[in-house]
Amino acid sequence: MAAVAAGPGPGSGPGDSPEGPEAEAPERRRKAHGMLKLYYGLSEGEAAGRPAGPDPLDPTDLNGAHFDPEVYLDKLRRECPLAQLMDSETDMVRQIRALDSDMQTLVYENYNKFISATDTIRKMKNDFRKMEDEMDRLATNMAVITDFSARISATLQDRHERITKLAGVHALLRKLQFLFELPSRLTKCVELGAYGQAVRYQGRARAVLQQYQHLPSFRAIQDDCQVITARLAQQLRQRFREGGSGAPEQAECVELLLALGEPAEELCEEFLAHARGRLEEELRSLEAELGPSPPAPDVLEFTDRGGSGFVGGLCQVAAAYQELFAAQGPAGAERLAAFARELGGRYFALVERRLAQEQGGGDNSLLVRALDRFHRRLRAPGALLAAAGLAEAATEIVERVARERLGHHLQGLRAAFLGCLTDVRQALAAPRLAGKEGPGLAELLANVASSILSHIKASLAAVHLFTAKEVSFSNKPYFRGEFCSQGVREGLIVGFIRSMCQTAQSFCDSPGEKGGATPPALLLLLSRLCLDYETATISYVLTLTDEQFLVQDQSPVTPVSTLCAEARETARRLLTHYVKVQGLVISQMLRKSVETRDWLSTLEPRNVRAVMKRVVEDTTAIDVQVGLLYEEGVRKAQSSDSSKRTFSVYSSSRQQGRYAPSYTPSAPMDTNLLSNIQKLFSERIDVFSPVEFNKVSVLTGIIKISLKTLLECVRLRTFGRFGLQQVQVDCHFLQLYLWRFVADEELVHLLLDEVVASAALRCPDPVPMEPSVVEVICERG
Amino acid sequence: MEVWYPSRKVGPKNFRQRMERVCPGARESTHDNKRQSHSLGTDLRRLSGRSMEDDAPVIYGLEFQARALTPQTAETDAIRFLVGTQSLKYDNQIHIIDFDDENNIINKNVLLHQVGEIWHISASPADRGVLATCYNNTSDSKVLTCAAVWRMPKELEPGSHESPDDSSSTAHTLELLCHLDNTAHGSMACVSWEPTGDGKKVISLADNHILLWDLQESSSQAVLASSASLEGKGQLKFTSGRWSPHHNCTQVATANDTAVRGWDTRSMSQIYCIENAHGQLVRDLDFNPNKQYYLASCGDDCKVKFWDTRNVTEPVKTLEEHSHWVWSVRYNHSHDQLVLTGSSDSRVILSNMVSISSEPFGHLVDDDDLSDQEERRPEEKSQEPPQDSVIATYEEHEDSVYAVDWSSADPWLFASLSYDGRLVINRVPRALKYHILL
Repeated sequence: MAAVAAGPGPGSGPGDSPEGPEAEAPERRRKAHGMLKLYYGLSEGEAAGRPAGPDPLDPTDLNGAHFDPEVYLDKLRRECPLAQLMDSETDMVRQIRALDSDMQTLVYENYNKFISATDTIRKMKNDFRKMEDEMDRLATNMAVITDFSARISATLQDRHERITKLAGVHALLRKLQFLFELPSRLTKCVELGAYGQAVRYQGRARAVLQQYQHLPSFRAIQDDCQVITARLAQQLRQRFREGGSGAPEQAECVELLLALGEPAEELCEEFLAHARGRLEEELRSLEAELGPSPPAPDVLEFTDRGGSGFVGGLCQVAAAYQELFAAQGPAGAERLAAFARELGGRYFALVERRLAQEQGGGDNSLLVRALDRFHRRLRAPGALLAAAGLAEAATEIVERVARERLGHHLQGLRAAFLGCLTDVRQALAAPRLAGKEGPGLAELLANVASSILSHIKASLAAVHLFTAKEVSFSNKPYFRGEFCSQGVREGLIVGFIRSMCQTAQSFCDSPGEKGGATPPALLLLLSRLCLDYETATISYVLTLTDEQFLVQDQSPVTPVSTLCAEARETARRLLTHYVKVQGLVISQMLRKSVETRDWLSTLEPRNVRAVMKRVVEDTTAIDVQVGLLYEEGVRKAQSSDSSKRTFSVYSSSRQQGRYAPSYTPSAPMDTNLLSNIQKLFSERIDVFSPVEFNKVSVLTGIIKISLKTLLECVRLRTFGRFGLQQVQVDCHFLQLYLWRFVADEELVHLLLDEVVASAALRCPDPVPMEPSVVEVICERG
Repeated sequence: MEVWYPSRKVGPKNFRQRMERVCPGARESTHDNKRQSHSLGTDLRRLSGRSMEDDAPVIYGLEFQARALTPQTAETDAIRFLVGTQSLKYDNQIHIIDFDDENNIINKNVLLHQVGEIWHISASPADRGVLATCYNNTSDSKVLTCAAVWRMPKELEPGSHESPDDSSSTAHTLELLCHLDNTAHGSMACVSWEPTGDGKKVISLADNHILLWDLQESSSQAVLASSASLEGKGQLKFTSGRWSPHHNCTQVATANDTAVRGWDTRSMSQIYCIENAHGQLVRDLDFNPNKQYYLASCGDDCKVKFWDTRNVTEPVKTLEEHSHWVWSVRYNHSHDQLVLTGSSDSRVILSNMVSISSEPFGHLVDDDDLSDQEERRPEEKSQEPPQDSVIATYEEHEDSVYAVDWSSADPWLFASLSYDGRLVINRVPRALKYHILL
């Protein structure tokens, strides 16, 4: 700052300070500074104040903008002591000197530069003068050249026109030459077999010839060309007909022929006829593979071959056709579609025959893969020929096959079920080794159940292949909806469970009804099986199906509850039938024993008759058998040990002496009355009533049937005194052993009482046995 | 409802109790019924008045056990049933039950049948006074069922209307016409009269023999005309037999064990045989009175089966309504769709077998005639074909029902007899009756 501030006044001495310039200079500088500062966006104060300290307007600041030497000096003189004044004077003098020397150095340095600049300017002045002269000369020369050029142009004008004309003539002549040479060229091309070239030539010339045909010479050429073209076409056709060279060559031939303007219609026909020949060949070879004997190649290979051979061929034909005869419009497309439909139909027929041969087989994965490939291959022609409906037909075939597979699996499941039943029969019929039981009923049941379940699962898995993601047809609506819900769920699973129930029920109404046809144990086992299905298996299997097949279809499906109800009904019928059959077996024993005996002349009873023991044994055996599969069930609460119970009706009346030898007429009435009163307080006994699913109910049913039979049989006979006593003994024995099997022991008592009462009625000489004796005999037996 | 009970059989108190259990509100309906039968004069008014409500059953009690029941076949005016009792200790009786339909009253007469307990009874179709019974003849150590033809005392024959007083206690005795001598053949199971003849021909079944008798000199002498017997292994015993009303009365059907056989009475040879007609014993048979080849059978398998005898392999129809052995089956004589069955489950079931009836379904009546019933008719017409159905189950019995039969006089009335001696007379429900008639 000090140097700059000193700059403007190089001449000012250190001592004197000229007032005027000294005062004006800071004014201007300040102005200039202000403008600069304004320009750079700094406030005046800031720029000045930063180096100067706190007061930029301080006139005593030596470097400040508002420095006033007078004020400064005044201040100095006023404030400073002398020594300091001296110091500052020397300091100032030293500074002034330094500034002076600096200024001188600057002046010297810049002086040289001024001198050299002046020299350069002078030299440039000289040079420019020379250049001006040359430029003048150039201008004159250019004028001359322009002049010349114009003259030359004028001279060459007419020549140029002639040349242009000549060039046109030349081109025309070349065209003409081409035309004239055309016949020979064409001939040559035809000879060489370069049909494509020939057709191109012909195509180029045709329009011209057409245009100029009124000129005789052109006419001749045209005629020649036509002859040759005809020959060409003929040759092409021949080549086309020979046909052996494959589809691309044929397509080329057709393309050339089309270019020759042959009628497209006819070509279409011929093209298709040829294609047909080739494709039929493929079909024949496929058919040969079918053969009468079991086919050698597996179905996958077959569909592969069909896919690459026939379907590939069809694709090529269709693509070529569409390319070639695109101009034919809808009629052409229709023709192609018909063609594809017909051949496709034959192909499908073959495929179906082949697939039909596959129906019996068990390998679903191979079949599905084959179908997948078959379907996939047909997608290309399907896209190409939407009108022919090939893809739809293929889908239909696949669907049909899928349906047939479902049917097949259903059959398989049924067969498996029947097989299980046969196994069970055999196991039941197999003679038991002494002391060693065969497989128990429970075990057999478990075997049957697991075997059927595994069969169901296997079938589901096999059928599930049809809906696998990677299979091309699995996203068809049929496979997403109907196949899952109607086919698999309803047709296969529900169908099987229904048929299982039906098969089981058919055992209930076997025509023989003697019970010999179906072993009772089988009935029992089936009943339990159906019940298990009702409680768990059905819902499990259906849930499994629903999960696996994600049934999305909205069509109504059989609810689980309906199916369960059916299974339960079946189980109930089977169990009821079991009760009937077993009851019948025991009934027959009892009936025979009553019918064949001469009750009038029988001896005094000493023993319980063997048949009664047999009845008890059989009942026990049945109890064990049922116990293997069914739960105990609910019994009526037992008040006391019933074996201690005495004969209610009969013995009580006896004790009152009503059966004394001199009986009064009222005696039988009273028994009757008593039994009637008893009936009042007991429910009517439904003998062949439906049973519940527990052991006690089953046994109750069997015993009811047996005892009712005994009652009816007794009523048909006439008893002597000892006959009656024998009945008494027998009934007491039965009572001793049968009560434990039934739900309500009152029932047994009631029925047995009725038997004894009936026997007493049927006895002209009713003298009952002492209860104590009866008990002794029974305990001994 | 009118109820008779023998004083000793069941005390009144007990009986009322029983009745209330059997049909609740029985007493009310009794009064109701009486009033109605007096006040309503004509059927027409009943039709319009209470077509849905039915008459309550009429119950009659015998002192003894009983199995034998028959309508008096030759009687076509009065409703009359004959019931034979079974008692080993007392004199057996034949109760002649007259039913007064107008007044809902039962009149009874008792005939003594002293030779033994009655297992089967059948009335001559020609002579109202003549009947045949099968009865047990019990000697010391042997029971033999014999058969005999009887004549009732003249004064009990219809026409000589005695007032139903208590004179019944002075029982009349039957007049023996002749024995059907079976000493050579074994126990008689049943006797069946030639249905439409002059009451001269009788078939009886004795063990495994089928015997055709000629009754001569006004039935006082029975001559064995011809016989045939069932040969085979095992104990063959006929259980029941019926004489077909068709084919000029030349066919008889019998039941033994599980088989039903048809016989030609001229040659006494077997015509057909339904082996295994039932799963177990066949208990009874009846011929459809209007369709000559149709036959109903019932048995211990709780079923009632209907057969076309030209095709013996399969039954035409099977009913499984009873829950125990079916002992008796009877076609209604006029309307063969009505079939009555009695069973040892103590029930009587009346079924409507429309599908195999001789009466075509639906009556070709002009629409004009339907004016009074148009409310119901169109619906019924729309639901053809007709369904066989159980019309009613009668639960008045408390013991096994061994016999049921239709009245010979009133086609809408039938009786059933249970072992404890209770005879119940019922009517076909009115609604059905008018449905069939109109």
